[in-house]
Amino acid sequence: MKFAVLVFPGSNCDVDMYHAIKDGLQMDVDYVWHHQTDLSAYDGILLPGGFSYGDYLRSGAIARFAPVMGEVQKAAKEGKLILGVCNGFQVLLEAGLLPGAMRRNDSLKFRCFHTPLEVVNNQTAFTTQYDQGEIISIPIAHGDGNYYCDPATLQDLEKNNQIVFKYQENPNGSVADIAGVINKQGNVLGMMPHPERAVETLLGSADGKRLFTSILANWRERHVTNV
Amino acid sequence: MFKVMVHVTLKESVLDPQGSAVKKSLHTMQYEEVQDVRIGKYMELDIQADSEQAARARVTEMCEKLLSNPVIEDYEIQIQECPQQVTGG
Repeated sequence: MKFAVLVFPGSNCDVDMYHAIKDGLQMDVDYVWHHQTDLSAYDGILLPGGFSYGDYLRSGAIARFAPVMGEVQKAAKEGKLILGVCNGFQVLLEAGLLPGAMRRNDSLKFRCFHTPLEVVNNQTAFTTQYDQGEIISIPIAHGDGNYYCDPATLQDLEKNNQIVFKYQENPNGSVADIAGVINKQGNVLGMMPHPERAVETLLGSADGKRLFTSILANWRERHVTNV
Repeated sequence: MFKVMVHVTLKESVLDPQGSAVKKSLHTMQYEEVQDVRIGKYMELDIQADSEQAARARVTEMCEKLLSNPVIEDYEIQIQECPQQVTGG
């Protein structure tokens, strides 16, 4: 399985994401610059955290129009696995690949610490190696992580099991404690907490690693066992 | 040449954390008459267009695509015709 870590001007968790794949998962991974227009060589696409385009205007608003995003839209339609973390999640929201939008944290503070998360749906390609309802510890680091969607969208998300992670101690005011959502087709996941910063106990938690091993296991099941 | 003024604000239904903090602070300063504060963004665009109508149509498109996020924000457009500026020299 080959991964792309997209790099926008201002991405700053790209190296952590690369490390999680290269050293944590021991898989092939490339940095892909935002003006590239071909992602056909990759099986998994990772949008890292940071401050793309300085968060000018709104988080993720400008990155959403970067040339590479046309390819991300195409890959999403093709069913490729796409993960957006933090600013990557904001970009996916702005791009309309996931429902909702981000507001400033209700505390108005940049919040940065390990926080307990509940795995609300372990039946996605990203979470099968977690137990349903398991509480994991993953760090957050964001100022605009206050997830918003209107009541009808929330109902829709609940009905389709699209809420994947919930905060145990809501750090930002997100609607329904939502920390991560997946699209209806189940191949695009966005989350504010940083699993790539929790792939070894040296970092304070290795709970994020199973998100990446889940991706790999599910991809292999779909692509390797039939060969 | 037109000067277009765009105000982007959070929708009425969306809680504005910055506005709430400023309101609280105004109350602390004894400005208790303040009922609500909403904080938004103000943008000025200088646009070359054939008519005010054409300028409005273009800026509306920009607001829908980039300048606002329709999920949480509303926008308001005001247009003012400006005399052609002499450049260079």
